[in-house]
This record gives sequence, C-alpha cells and structure tokens, in this order.
Amino acid sequence: MRRFDYHRAETLEHASRLLAELGDDTFLFNGGTDLLVEIRERLRRVRNVVDIKQIPGLSDITYDETRGLTFGALVTVGRLERLPLVCQRYPNLRAAFASLGSIQVRNRATVVGNICRASPSADTIPPLVADGAFVHIYSRTNMRVVPIAEFFTGPGRTVLAKGEIVTGITVPPAGDTAGKAYIKHGRRKAMELSTVGVAVSLSMEEGVCCDIRIALGAVGATVLRAPQAEAMLRGTRLDASAVRSAADKAMEECTPISNVRASADYRRDMVGVLTGRAIKQALETFA
Amino acid sequence: MKRMVEFTVNGETREMAVDTCRSLLDALRDDVGLTGTKKGCDVGDCGACTVLIDGEPVNACLVLAVEAEGRSIETVEGLQPGVDTLHPLQDAFMRHGASQCGFCTPGILMMAKKLLDDNPRPTDEDIRFGLSGNICRCTGYTKIFDAIRSAAREMEAARS
Repeated sequence: MRRFDYHRAETLEHASRLLAELGDDTFLFNGGTDLLVEIRERLRRVRNVVDIKQIPGLSDITYDETRGLTFGALVTVGRLERLPLVCQRYPNLRAAFASLGSIQVRNRATVVGNICRASPSADTIPPLVADGAFVHIYSRTNMRVVPIAEFFTGPGRTVLAKGEIVTGITVPPAGDTAGKAYIKHGRRKAMELSTVGVAVSLSMEEGVCCDIRIALGAVGATVLRAPQAEAMLRGTRLDASAVRSAADKAMEECTPISNVRASADYRRDMVGVLTGRAIKQALETFA
Repeated sequence: MKRMVEFTVNGETREMAVDTCRSLLDALRDDVGLTGTKKGCDVGDCGACTVLIDGEPVNACLVLAVEAEGRSIETVEGLQPGVDTLHPLQDAFMRHGASQCGFCTPGILMMAKKLLDDNPRPTDEDIRFGLSGNICRCTGYTKIFDAIRSAAREMEAARS
C-alpha cells in the first residue's frame, strides 16, 4: 500500500486542527471502506489520515417524537440496519442500508462517511434527501446544520470547508401518516452499486397526499429531487393515472449520463418505472 | 511510522509494533504468522479475509492494524474447539466437499460461524444473504450451502 501517516484525533478540535494544518492530502479516516480502497488502487493521493474513531460522543443513536432520529458520525451502516426502530419506522433507510456493499463492509462503513463521499449513486443519500434530513457540521469557529439536499455540490463534492467535520445526521420523525420507500436497481442483489435508486417519502391524510418528496440517485451529478413530479402529486389521491404522469415528469427532471453500468436512456426509463413502484411501495405502509 | 498495539487473537494477547500503514490482514499474516486468513482482492470485495472483531465480521484488508488496539480478533485458526477436534462447520465442509481450491474457505467459515451463532436455524435465504459478501469461484456455492445447513442441524442436535 502507498505510504501515509496515521494520526489519531482525541477530540473534534484536534481532528479539525490536523485537517487544517497537515495540508491538502489529508483525509478523515472513519470506516475506511472507501478511503483504504482508494489509497490501495491509487485513486486518491493521501499523505495523512486522521482517525476520528476515538473521539467520544460520536457513536450515539437517539430518537424522540419531536426531533426524530439522530445518529453520530461513527455509527456504522450495519448497526443502523439492525436497529428495530429503523426497521419499523424507516423502511426506506433500512432498504438503503441493507443494500450497501456486504455485511462485512456495513460493519465498518458509516452513513456519515457515505454522504461525505458524495457519490451520485450512494445508496444512503436518496432516502435521507426524501426524508429531509439535516447534517450537523463542526468547525472550530462555528457549528452549523445544513439540510442534506443542500450538502452536495457535485460528484464527490460537498459544502464542507477545510477543517469542517460532519458529526451526525438527524432524520425528522416518522409519523403515523408517513409512507416511505427506497428501491435500488442494479444488476445483482448484493455487492452492487446502484444503476438507479429512487426514494419516496410521502404523507397521507384521509386518502389525500399532503406531502411527497421524490429523490433520484445515480441520474445526476448529485442526488436530485423531482420537484415538478412532486407538485403534480400533492393534493391528489395518488391514483394510477396521477402516479403515471408524475413518473413521466420525473423522467424529464433527471439528468443521467451513460457509463459502465448503464446508458442514460436506460436510466431515464428506470426512473419512470421505479418512481411508480416506490410510490406504490410507500403506500403499502397504510394497507 | 510504527505504533505499539495490543490486541487479542483467538484468545491470546499479542503486543507488537506495527507499521501504521499496514492492514490488519497483512499484520495477521506476516507479523502474527496466522496465514489462515487469505488475501484475495485486498479491496473488500471478495470476503476471503473475513475475521471477527469483537464478534462482528469485517474484511481484515479494510482495517488498519493500529485500529485493533484493545480489540478481540477471531480468525479461522481459532475455530477449532481443541487440538484434533474440528468445529462442526469445518467437519461439514470436509464431508460435503464444500472446499475445492480452499482459498475462500477461511472467510466463509468465519462468516458461517457468525451466521449460526446469531441464527441457529437459518433459512436458505438467510444463508445466501449471510454469504453475499464472500465469493467462491470453484464450487457454485451449492455444496457450501449444504455444509452450512448440515452443520446447523448437527449443532442444534448437540445442544438439545
């Protein structure tokens, strides 16, 4: 493996200072399931890694009915995937977590790491965007909270400034009127990067859709919302024809590229199919 | 750069100075001398290097040795309950011909051990899901699944 220096941060302040002082080729080392691969395959030039896993207070998971679900930067995908609360209240997150890498990878990989990597095809991002999650960011001068939809600025790029560290994520509470789904489309069921991923979070009151958010993964430079399709569905009963028209609109709203996993045309077609399917699945919560 | 680390491997405490760039996989194989854990892809795809850290299966190639500080690691060498005694999974793998070239076997055994420890009566789907991070290019998996089903039954019978 290409050589790098290893630093163990004791506190957030320490980690932030190391990131600022050690220069450009310095990266936070959390689960390491992307970073170590990138070092080994020489995809990323790394001089220093700053291990944040000894920093206290970043491993907590809490839930309350007003704030929702909050988990720290060190919480692994596997731990959340197995959490009964996630299985019961957030089937969308559960589906995304269970489809990421392998069991071995999920025992190391963190959700915060997955969002900071900012891959357009990251599985955890669409359901977090559809749920309207918030990202907690530490810096030595100013703490801030950013809506996750505003966190990404491009493939592999985020709003994080040098020395800033994501400490956790808050997902709003899952009420009784909420329906949620995430559908990942790939060539196989496990150890797969998504070709297209569609997340839908909606709420229904007396059979009418009062809110819906559709998030599309792997069909744009970042995970995208489909605002026009969403607007077409608010206030409707989500009958088959309304869903069909909205799914067609979502196909227009996405901006896929062709790459090794699929062509742009195929991805666009799958956005149409999966948007309809994800809405149907989200509605099954009420069945 | 080297760092002192102390961890437990298969119940035995080890203290050593390891290169901070070194993966746990390389440290286990080259520094500790336990070559049962195999290096396949070295990037977390194949599962050949699966070990249990504090009871949880991980790819040893995606862990730095310095992170093992204070942790308890189980490798395939620790699977045998005693000298000249096989773990029921090892025995079933032999009887069912579940190992051909054998390179994936240590990782699959560790994953299967974890699976049966958590879920003594797995369905076929549970077994397939449990092994989805372990690649075998020889067997087509059928004999591996047979062996795990068989070991599960024997372990269940031994308990009752």
